[in-house]
Amino acid sequence: MSENTDTVKPVIGMEIHVELDTATKMFCRCRNSFGDPPNTNVCPVCIGMPGVLPVMNRTAVEHSIRVGLALNCRVAGFSKWDRKNYYYPDLPKNYQISQYDLPLSTDGYLDVHLEGGRIKRIGILRAHLEEDAGKNIHDNPAHTAVDLNRAGVPLLEIVSRPDMNTIEEVIAYAQAMHRLVRWLGVSRANMQMGHMRFEPNINLHVARAGRTYKTPIVEVKNLNSFRALRNTVAYEIDRQYQAWLADPEGCSIKKLGKQNRGYDDATERTVFQREKEEAHDYRYLPDPDLVPVVVSEDWQVRLAAGIGELPLARRHRFIESFGLTFKEADALTQDPATGDLLDQAINAGADAKRCVNLLLGRGAAVANERGCAIADIGLEAGQLVELVGMLVAGSINATAADKAFLKMLGTGRSPAEIASQEGLLAVTDSSTLEAWVDQALGDNPQAVSDVRAGGKKQQKALGFLTGQVMRISGGAAPPSEVQRLLKARLNL
Amino acid sequence: MDLNAGIASGELSAEEAAKAYLAVIEATEPKVAAFNEVHAERALERARRTDSRRRSGDDIGPLGGVPVAIKAVLCTQYGKTTCSSKMLANFRAPYTAAAVEKIEEAGAIVLGKTNMDEFAMGSSTENSGFGVTHNPWDLDRVPGGSSGGSAAAVAARQCVAALGSDTGGSIRQPAAFCGVVGLKPTYGRVSRYGLVAYGSSLDQVGPMTRDVTDCALVSRAISGHDPRDSTSLPAEAPDYLASINTPMDGLRVGLPREFYSDALDAEVNQAIHSAAGVFRDAGAEVLEVSLPYSRIDRDAGGNLSSYAVACYYIVAMAEASSNLARYDGVHYGHRTARDVDDIIELYSRSRAEGFGQEVKRRIMLGTYTLSAGYYDAYYNKALKVRRLIKGDFDQAFKVCDIILCPAAPTVAFRIGEKAGDPLTMYLADIYTISVNLAGLPGLSLPCGLSRAGLPIGMQLIGPALSEETVLRAGRMFEKASGVARLKPPMIQGMAAN
Amino acid sequence: MSDKRIDLDTVRHIGRLSRIELTDEEVRTFSGQLAAIIGYFGKLQELNTDNVEPMAHAVELSDVFGDDVPQPSLTPGQALANAPQRDGDFFKVPKVIGDS
Repeated sequence: MSENTDTVKPVIGMEIHVELDTATKMFCRCRNSFGDPPNTNVCPVCIGMPGVLPVMNRTAVEHSIRVGLALNCRVAGFSKWDRKNYYYPDLPKNYQISQYDLPLSTDGYLDVHLEGGRIKRIGILRAHLEEDAGKNIHDNPAHTAVDLNRAGVPLLEIVSRPDMNTIEEVIAYAQAMHRLVRWLGVSRANMQMGHMRFEPNINLHVARAGRTYKTPIVEVKNLNSFRALRNTVAYEIDRQYQAWLADPEGCSIKKLGKQNRGYDDATERTVFQREKEEAHDYRYLPDPDLVPVVVSEDWQVRLAAGIGELPLARRHRFIESFGLTFKEADALTQDPATGDLLDQAINAGADAKRCVNLLLGRGAAVANERGCAIADIGLEAGQLVELVGMLVAGSINATAADKAFLKMLGTGRSPAEIASQEGLLAVTDSSTLEAWVDQALGDNPQAVSDVRAGGKKQQKALGFLTGQVMRISGGAAPPSEVQRLLKARLNL
Repeated sequence: MDLNAGIASGELSAEEAAKAYLAVIEATEPKVAAFNEVHAERALERARRTDSRRRSGDDIGPLGGVPVAIKAVLCTQYGKTTCSSKMLANFRAPYTAAAVEKIEEAGAIVLGKTNMDEFAMGSSTENSGFGVTHNPWDLDRVPGGSSGGSAAAVAARQCVAALGSDTGGSIRQPAAFCGVVGLKPTYGRVSRYGLVAYGSSLDQVGPMTRDVTDCALVSRAISGHDPRDSTSLPAEAPDYLASINTPMDGLRVGLPREFYSDALDAEVNQAIHSAAGVFRDAGAEVLEVSLPYSRIDRDAGGNLSSYAVACYYIVAMAEASSNLARYDGVHYGHRTARDVDDIIELYSRSRAEGFGQEVKRRIMLGTYTLSAGYYDAYYNKALKVRRLIKGDFDQAFKVCDIILCPAAPTVAFRIGEKAGDPLTMYLADIYTISVNLAGLPGLSLPCGLSRAGLPIGMQLIGPALSEETVLRAGRMFEKASGVARLKPPMIQGMAAN
Repeated sequence: MSDKRIDLDTVRHIGRLSRIELTDEEVRTFSGQLAAIIGYFGKLQELNTDNVEPMAHAVELSDVFGDDVPQPSLTPGQALANAPQRDGDFFKVPKVIGDS
């Protein structure tokens, strides 16, 4: 190879398909449910039997509008349905009801946070609603089996502009979208259940000797994990560059246009896919069985009012107003209710840092165990406020507070009451404290000498003695007070 | 309705009525072949239940005990729903069409499913996958289509009323050919749930009856909002029967000047003008109106030319190509018995075997007009012309209350006469298609007989939601002209039903 | 627009798009018939439709929704009752490559 003065800029756009968390399907009232026995959530409409007609799911449309608003899109005042015609066994009508030229939302953006505090704005071209297809099962080598449970489930397709240039940006965007749809309550976005699928479009702009070469755009469909997405983008960037190097003039977007590749999880590579016959002549026509969606100002305002603060804005506010670190703020803005809890507690006067420590310490541990959000572990804002107050006042120490925390979940009980009942209150009576200190000093003469001797061992010995007092007290002694007493006793 | 009144009063039993009509079917079917399926047992069972309800003093409904027939295009949970196509020869629907549910709720006794042009594509019923129906007025002639079986059944007195469907004239034209009354309601008036789709933005279910009064009664029974059909109008239908005999003062009847070309059979032309005269004599004002975009010309080559026909067929075929894509041998319907290598072969063979030529033609034409590069030139263009056609009607209805025109350019033609050239057959629809494009109500009723004794049908068209006006005008014509309840010679010998 | 005949390749292409297997004779017959009808459709080009909105529906309704409340579904037995071939509670088709 000649010396490499090439500048390679990946240009990446992405379509994300989000299955909406509605009770029923998009155009019929069969259950929208994952994992049920085959063909148990089907009806004449979603099987596409003769003479049946679709009826729009209102909740699905509202969810879609919410997403559009949260993505800063222009919500269409007038939106319509179109049929996308193609034949496939998991598409019983052999057309998909979708939106072609007048989708529900257009022209928005999502800001994503990158390393080093950089924020990148990813443009959103459009977001439209459509129905999902059923599933083709390939277990049997001799034939394919078709399950239509998923056929007709509402699918929101969000199309970004090709604004991403690095793997980091792609993953950040995917994660931000993942968080957003869960935040809004429009999708559970459970990757294992296939609630979110990624379709990146990737090509390279290679600058060499004053010219820019553009490689053909490769679209990879149906990636259902962040890992697959990362591997796909990484592999494609490299593969495309190698392919271009081998044929800089021929390997161009002008000559080859757009190509489809598949992702092979076993090898973590993309693979060539045979061109589907007539893959692109969808013969769109307006669906005569469905009437348009007219979104009034009123309706938009009502839906917007229900959205509230979005994750990025809230994260930023937690950092700026409450002094949280990025990591802390990020952890507390995975869902709206957890941040709400923090807000309520701080608004009631609780110390921010201590709230955060409790929430992200024991709170997060319990949440992880239970597989739920921190807001759902049964903690009330009032309880948090009270417990933090006790910590600040020193009437309970950290260890005891931890125990009290666990005990108060799901009960609504006052932590002070619990601490009192369970003997978790810090003992502040000086004679009791002095007695414990005396005992510890008496039991550990060596440590006492080490403290008195000074030098390197002193701090360690002091710490040891503090720990002994804590042990003797059963955790009820306030550590800072213990330290003070020890120092006084040992004439430090 | 006399029969319903008779049954309700106990004068005669529903079971006797059902038996009598089943007997007519048995006697006349070898000649007429209007039915694909007769559900004799079910009909008798329901008739007996009607009698039992009557004896208990319960209301048997406005159509209680009245034998009716249902076009094969409507889904029923009993029997098969075939659309007279081999593609659906064995299909059993797990649901019943809204219109059928409603007619049964009103008490009607369904006798069976009637023959039609396959998937409602045709104007003669010659495109049925199960054989042709013969016009009771002349067994060598077609009954019209696509609701030919329903029209013939009513004409032959095999039933009191029938349901048909109309996309481009499929109720009105066979009604004209068979001398019966047929109504295509305003689009959205009758639910399309369970009506197997052909041209979804054009299709409507409607009644076919012996006279206008019965038509009003059946219309009312089947009309009304249905949440299962998103295109169903929110309004409940008025009681058409209540106003049917109310005199119409100052009725303005419009005659479209563009409809009277040499395309129109001379006798039909004369009959329509006589009908106009009947309205005039009865006190209506008859005036000329204009529907420029529905005009019928002859082109340079001397062939009949109509923008509206082109517009209609582009729209209907495009929608049909998409609506019929579901018939693929996978989830229901015909699947090829031959070994296939892949799914594409499965689809292509099954569809080739299950569909007749006309259906294939229309699917392919629809696919063509929607395919890449052609959407704007054909389909989108047709949708624009559609708006212009509707605009013409809106203008015309500013100066008249109803429009009077032929239901078909000729009387019933002979079986096989038009089978050779599809385009000629399409042009038989020139008077009916505009009404579907505009979504308006159209009533077809007999206005006389030709010299050869064949029925001539006229059409009354009204603004959207004006079925009441159209039906009243039709009743007015019946009374003034005396042309009503025509009986084909073949049944004139039979006992009065 | 082509006049007398639509070329045979186009007819075959339309046949494939329509998923209808055509015999050679049908391709020939359709090539003439379709051409005549498409030619007839071309008449609409004579009309000026600038500034005319397409009319896809015959009703002026909008926002017709169903509530997001489940209604009973069919049982697999009912759903598959008309299926020409089944594999237990699945519809059965020849092997398809790739997935959606």
